[in-house]
Amino acid sequence: MMQTANLGVDIGGTFTDVVLETGGQSHSTKVLTAYAAPEEAILDGMAQVCAKAGLAPGAITRIIHGTTLATNALIERRGARTAFVTTEGFRDTLEMRSESRFEQYDLNLTLPPPLIPRDARFTLRERIDAGGGVLIALDPAEVAALADRLRDFQSIAVGFLHSYLNPAHERMVRDILAARLPGIAISLSSEVSPQMREYERFTTTCANAYVRPQMESYLGRLRARLAATGATCPVFLMHSGGGIMSLDSAAQFPVRLVESGPAGGAIFAADVARRYALPRVLSFDMGGTTAKICLIRDGAPKTARVFEVARSYRFKKGSGMPISIPVIDMVEIGAGGGSLAQVDALGQIRVGPESAGSEPGPACYGRGGTRPAVTDADLILGRLDPDGFAGGSIPLAPAASAAALDQHLAAPLGCDTLTAAFGLSEVVDENMANAARVHAVESGEDLTGYTMIAFGGAAPLHAGRLCQKLGIDRLIVPPGAGVGSAIGFLRAPYAYEATRSVYMRIDGFDAHKVATLFAALRAEATDFVLSCDAQATVDAAHKAYMRYAGQGWEIPVALPRAMAETPTAEGFLALFEAEYAALFGRTVAGLAVEITVWAVNAATPLPTPALTPPAATAQPVATTPRALHDAARGTMQPAAVAPRALMRDGAHLPGPAIITEAETTIIIPAGFTATGRADGCIDITRGQP
Amino acid sequence: MTTVPHQIMWNRLISIVEEQAQALIRTAFSTSVREAGDLSAGVYDVAGRMLAQAVTGTPGHVNAMADAVAHFIREIGAATMAEGDVYITNDPWMGTGHLHDITVVTPAFHLGRHVGFFGCTAHVVDIGGRGFGADGNSIYEEGVQIPIMRLMDRGRVDATLIALLRVNTREPDQLIGDIHALAACNGIGTARLSAMLAEYGAADLAAIADFILDHSRRATLARIAALPLGTARAQMRIDGFSAPVDLCVRVTIAADHIAADFAGTSAPDPKGINVPLVYTKAYACYALKCAVAPDIPNNAASLEPFRITAPEGTIVNAIRPAPVALRHVIGHLIPDTVYGALDQLLPDTVPAEGAGALCNFQVSLRPLGAGRRAEVLCFNSGGTGARPGLDGLSATAFPSGVMTMPVEATEHAGPVVIWRKELRPDSGGAGRRRGGLGQVMEVGARDGYAFDFSAMFDRMHHPARGRAGGQAGGATEVTLSDGTTLPGKGRTAVPPGATVRLAFPGGGGIGDPRDRDRAAVRADLALGYISAQAARDIYGLDEDT
Repeated sequence: MMQTANLGVDIGGTFTDVVLETGGQSHSTKVLTAYAAPEEAILDGMAQVCAKAGLAPGAITRIIHGTTLATNALIERRGARTAFVTTEGFRDTLEMRSESRFEQYDLNLTLPPPLIPRDARFTLRERIDAGGGVLIALDPAEVAALADRLRDFQSIAVGFLHSYLNPAHERMVRDILAARLPGIAISLSSEVSPQMREYERFTTTCANAYVRPQMESYLGRLRARLAATGATCPVFLMHSGGGIMSLDSAAQFPVRLVESGPAGGAIFAADVARRYALPRVLSFDMGGTTAKICLIRDGAPKTARVFEVARSYRFKKGSGMPISIPVIDMVEIGAGGGSLAQVDALGQIRVGPESAGSEPGPACYGRGGTRPAVTDADLILGRLDPDGFAGGSIPLAPAASAAALDQHLAAPLGCDTLTAAFGLSEVVDENMANAARVHAVESGEDLTGYTMIAFGGAAPLHAGRLCQKLGIDRLIVPPGAGVGSAIGFLRAPYAYEATRSVYMRIDGFDAHKVATLFAALRAEATDFVLSCDAQATVDAAHKAYMRYAGQGWEIPVALPRAMAETPTAEGFLALFEAEYAALFGRTVAGLAVEITVWAVNAATPLPTPALTPPAATAQPVATTPRALHDAARGTMQPAAVAPRALMRDGAHLPGPAIITEAETTIIIPAGFTATGRADGCIDITRGQP
Repeated sequence: MTTVPHQIMWNRLISIVEEQAQALIRTAFSTSVREAGDLSAGVYDVAGRMLAQAVTGTPGHVNAMADAVAHFIREIGAATMAEGDVYITNDPWMGTGHLHDITVVTPAFHLGRHVGFFGCTAHVVDIGGRGFGADGNSIYEEGVQIPIMRLMDRGRVDATLIALLRVNTREPDQLIGDIHALAACNGIGTARLSAMLAEYGAADLAAIADFILDHSRRATLARIAALPLGTARAQMRIDGFSAPVDLCVRVTIAADHIAADFAGTSAPDPKGINVPLVYTKAYACYALKCAVAPDIPNNAASLEPFRITAPEGTIVNAIRPAPVALRHVIGHLIPDTVYGALDQLLPDTVPAEGAGALCNFQVSLRPLGAGRRAEVLCFNSGGTGARPGLDGLSATAFPSGVMTMPVEATEHAGPVVIWRKELRPDSGGAGRRRGGLGQVMEVGARDGYAFDFSAMFDRMHHPARGRAGGQAGGATEVTLSDGTTLPGKGRTAVPPGATVRLAFPGGGGIGDPRDRDRAAVRADLALGYISAQAARDIYGLDEDT
């Protein structure tokens, strides 16, 4: 049997990460992302890891790819000239949004312009009602007449009211337009995002149409260029929901690629969680400009049905575009190594979301940056070795950091450099801790008893302090933290979630309708997975989103297969009440219960990873001293420094301590102890074992 | 000693109240809370001074809540407060302006010591009486009144109160469910506060309270000190209910405070559109704060330099037992009044008049044959006024902070059909900066149903005025599909088969429309925000250039 060789590729904003796993070995590289022709960076990186592995591209058996390209096209508004066709009377749904302001006190607030401007939005006379019946039939002649006005567009989105219940009119529009406008991509809301709530569904469909020509073209070129090098293996795409899909599906539904990189990171953390049999994990991914936080329960990242892309106002909730697709639920805030600090009107330190990026970078890079960034504070606080950053490739200048901190923070606050650096660091850590707390409560979770898994260049520097703030007692830093997302792609299942909004009350429960609906969703989701791998075993998980009539927040209720195939009102009710009581402590007697959304997630079963064996007998490691800032005392204190290479199984290092490696630095606060583990993870726990 | 831990604890308190608000949204039943965000949550010191407030929420609650806890301390008595207590009221004059807002306050204890309070407010779906509307002649007709009292005494729920409330509302489960949600969210705040104090080794909130209030007071006073001194008056006439209402204000910028006094404002209306002073203060204060110190967090000290007064017996300081259920319609128009005066003192700062009040309506459907009755409530917005440097926002709530409901969700709530909901061309007041566009809607019943239509609109006869040569926004229009004009407030039976057509108001413009950037006029024309006729006749767009 041919040896497998899996290639994971993550195109990020700055770097394209490539990982090749074969014969039990892992080879990785980072190359600069090439915006004009992103596939070039992939070929470059692939050549590098193939050379390291002594493998020809033709020997690669599977390529899994995630990319930020679709997200960037939406943020930077660099998509296709797109038209939107909708129900008469609703031309402006895209523009009117929720009719609210996401920032209450700003009189000069500006709203992000709609993705599709008003003169590219067209209406047709038709109407489906809330039961899926036809109130006004669509006239084919009107559609044909409209076709002539759409000739100048490269892509078309179609969204009618209640089409998630009855897609007939949307399909009729597609058939007529496709015949008259060959070659134009057409996206239907009933296919892209068949869920109730017109604003979210229409926005999602328009986003899909907007990025589709570009992504189709890119994916086509990628396939051809890979084939030309001999890499003719199947190419799959990581999607936002944490599974992988075929390249053809991705070309048709590119909106599902949005945030696929961070989703890979969450999968990466979930794999570590399974290796350690951890039921509750907080994954913490901190890079140069943002930090991403995700909850992982029983080895699976938490998912959601809607998220926001392209937030236009300081990452503020409501300032972006809601994208209504199955996603790994993450909170992303503007806090990274490059985030810049300033003193505001109240004399308080503010950090981010503005970032120094890689050019000019933090002041200590010596590339012209004069404002203090998080990395500058880390350097002054002794967390970074000026000569060991990025494996020594970027020498850091502490004097430049001190000057930037003095000018922008210490002088206006009337404090010394060290206090300014600690203040900056505390503010960014507190911002992240607050985001994590609010995310947890929005998810009905309490972080007590969680384990943190940290990765990304800046995360291991701040994770220890974050654990102290969140009351978390255990922190794991896996190896390969710098290319975590690309590794995560290789751990992802083939998966697809099919969802439908169909409203039903328990007191009007229609068992036949439910069984039929689940059968259709199961077929849709399973077919998607089989299109990736026709031989695959497919598991289908059924969920109903339920709530008390009158509530606005549904809770997902997992249904055993038997309950989905032969549903009963009593069975649904019992499962809902158990779940509700688990979340909120009690049920509410006497209220009607309703179901709003139905979902089937089809996925190939995840291989059960081998549990990491218990740590070997504790062995002290040889260390060298360095001064490190101590949060409790507010002064520099001696800390022990050890290179990660020495942190073998059983290696034991009590904090305050520092573990150095080329990709990042791990800070172990006083009161925590680090232990090397057999799989290369650094396992940090509160207390002195 | 560095102030860093204090800064961190301040941020933490803001995060705690945000968490408190999110817990409320997650568990609330009333649509007004969980869809529209009609709620607030805050933390107070033992003296009842508000230290931090969730940014989630709407200004009417946010600022009114600042005063509420002091009333609880006075009525309950600080000496009798114990761990496990929870207090409640819906008093419009001590809470947030009408009986539909339930306010719940919980004393917070840390290691057995009383360290502060958590308070929260939410708008519930029904509180008995005549139901939500302007039709009451006094507070006694508007629903059950809950004086400031114990909801829980050392952890024990007052079963008598719950039984009385249950029997006095149309929606007992939802009302009691919401009250539990309010108490539970305060509980989450209390637990988080205790954890924070433990983490920082603080015994109480005294030091952090002084730090927060001190910084906020100084920052707010510094903003005010930088303003030119002066006094200006403004008047705005609006539709009212029984008769037109004049809102009059005198704004004074002094060295250390800003005062707004509403002397000269019309007397109360016989029907329920009157405003308790606390709600007037909330919106006047909100307007001033947006203009002067928008980025300083809300707390007792940052609100203190804004002194709002109104003579008793005006519609903006209505006295018990005046009916107040729809106090929001006039309350939402107070910022426009204040800005009329402020614009004279601080040129190029504040927007022109806008739609102001939310354009809410309720549809009561009944089957002609078999079927279920249904009540459907809809929140909608007109356009905001032009800003000195920017156009107004189209179909966007201001000053309210709520959201609209999706049409698809509304149509699931009852046998109603929303036939149209889109922008209203030419409704944005023309000007160098254009007012935001209002919107048009058309509402009908499904076959087999008839309906009553309850209107809660203003600006039908008094559209949003423009400024400095800018024109007025489009006025509210309410008509039946047969062309009959309906009143802006009150209930109408709609004939079978007919629909109600609504045109919601646009914001006023600023500056001469002929001075508007030509590219902006052409863009408005291309996008259909203005008609060709308006482009030519009002904006003077010469089609040859």
